[in-house]
Amino acid sequence: MKAIITVIGKDKVGIIYNVSKVLTENSVNIEDISQTIMQDYFTMMMLADLSQIKCDFNKLKDVLEKTGDEIGVSIKIQREEIFESMHNI
Amino acid sequence: MTLYNKNIFETVRMIEKENLDIRTITMGISLLDTIDSSGKKARTRIYDKIMHLAKDLVKTGNDIEDEFGIPIINKRISVTPISVIAAASDDKDYIAYAKILDKAAREVGVNFIGGYSALVQKDFTDSDKGFINSIAQALSQTERVCSSVNVGSSKAGINMDAVKMMGKVIKDAAYLTRDQDSIGCAKLVVFANAVDDNPFMAGAFHGIGEGEAVVNVGVSGPGVVKSALEKVKGQPINVVAENIKKTAFKITRAGELVGREVSKRLNVPFGILDLSLAPTPEIGDSVGRILEEIGLEACGAHGTTAALALLNDAVKKGGIMASSSVGGLSGAFIPVSEDEGMINAVKSGALTFDKLEAMTSVCSVGLDMIAIPGNTDETTISAIIADEAAIGVINNKTTAVRIIPVYGKDLGDTASFGGLLGYAPIMAVSKFSSADFINRGGRIPAPIHSFKN
Repeated sequence: MKAIITVIGKDKVGIIYNVSKVLTENSVNIEDISQTIMQDYFTMMMLADLSQIKCDFNKLKDVLEKTGDEIGVSIKIQREEIFESMHNI
Repeated sequence: MTLYNKNIFETVRMIEKENLDIRTITMGISLLDTIDSSGKKARTRIYDKIMHLAKDLVKTGNDIEDEFGIPIINKRISVTPISVIAAASDDKDYIAYAKILDKAAREVGVNFIGGYSALVQKDFTDSDKGFINSIAQALSQTERVCSSVNVGSSKAGINMDAVKMMGKVIKDAAYLTRDQDSIGCAKLVVFANAVDDNPFMAGAFHGIGEGEAVVNVGVSGPGVVKSALEKVKGQPINVVAENIKKTAFKITRAGELVGREVSKRLNVPFGILDLSLAPTPEIGDSVGRILEEIGLEACGAHGTTAALALLNDAVKKGGIMASSSVGGLSGAFIPVSEDEGMINAVKSGALTFDKLEAMTSVCSVGLDMIAIPGNTDETTISAIIADEAAIGVINNKTTAVRIIPVYGKDLGDTASFGGLLGYAPIMAVSKFSSADFINRGGRIPAPIHSFKN
């Protein structure tokens, strides 16, 4: 299963470090990453491969959300298919 | 990245800021194999079947909501019309059927169960009349049961005896639930050309021609459409139509993905996707505001019917392109009490009952969630139903009436139903009597389908 992780908020030191730390701890591989400023928000998007994941999806989601709260940004993880289906015919 | 950043951002924004959601996952369950001459046995089978098939519905919905990150607001169940299921039973204790549905709904954790319904568009069976007379009591003695009655169709005409009965049923339901602003009427829909696979309440039932069990999905997103239109201010109306179509496409695709996933996990076939713009009383989730964004000072101004026609049609076109399984009602709902923009338009005097009636000739359903004075005569309510059914029957579309004569309230008062059902100012209806027309009874013949003008 692949998922898209989006981080939206104010830019600061250590965002990528904190997110990738959680992913590494749970054996989630980052396949692609990009960041940009969009409509005044810092946004980072990651494409992650969850095939080797050690915990279940909801656990990872909770840990990421908690990490987001700690560093003051919003972190979401959603299965990739939702984006594919909405934007590709 | 296989996806463009802006697409990812757009989806996230639609969900986070513009209230994109899956409005309902509705499991349709056939109860035909539960029919028994012993009412008691039949009800036990109904309970067992619902519990067996729908036990994981809510959990599965919640899991998928977490994984895809898109809210799934309601999980519901629709069943074969109970008038059919209960017709053979010896005790004719229809209320007991309503209670068993209510119990099953509560235990599997769905907020509504639809199908306490009768289909009498041409005529009544021996048991139909008794069943219809039980509806008001059933709604007042249950919490989650929804009821609907189909009183007309383009093939059969309009059953005016049923129309007459429904005026009284609505008044009775209003009286019996008077301590909650007559909320019983919010769970009762009178249809013409009812559809078999509608996932939206209160009018959902599992049609006779449907399969054993099916998962139908209702998608919504008025906020998303409004935001998309904010980007094309002042541009020609064809640009508006194009924009709505593209947005509807994206929303539909999200819905289909969710529907198929639910179906796979529950091992129940995927039925249809109903792409209806269903508003809620929340700010930013209103169909009325979309119409205003198209260029009307207030919903209800002249031009509202044209704007709604365009909206309804463009939504269908986008949806049909996106999925081969579009069904149900699919279009734009205009339930007054559930739409922040419409509530305001009624308060400001921009939107009247008559304008709403005109709008229903081009929207996806009909006169929906309209609060009227509690002392409205039952024949006036029947006449409102007859008008609405006529619009549907003549124009080959589904129409419905879900109207609430709020007991003890009058013009200037507000009725409050709570939650997604919202609140509504009491609207004026005609003071002139339709009693002699309604008291004739009989049947309006099916219309001719040629010489259209």
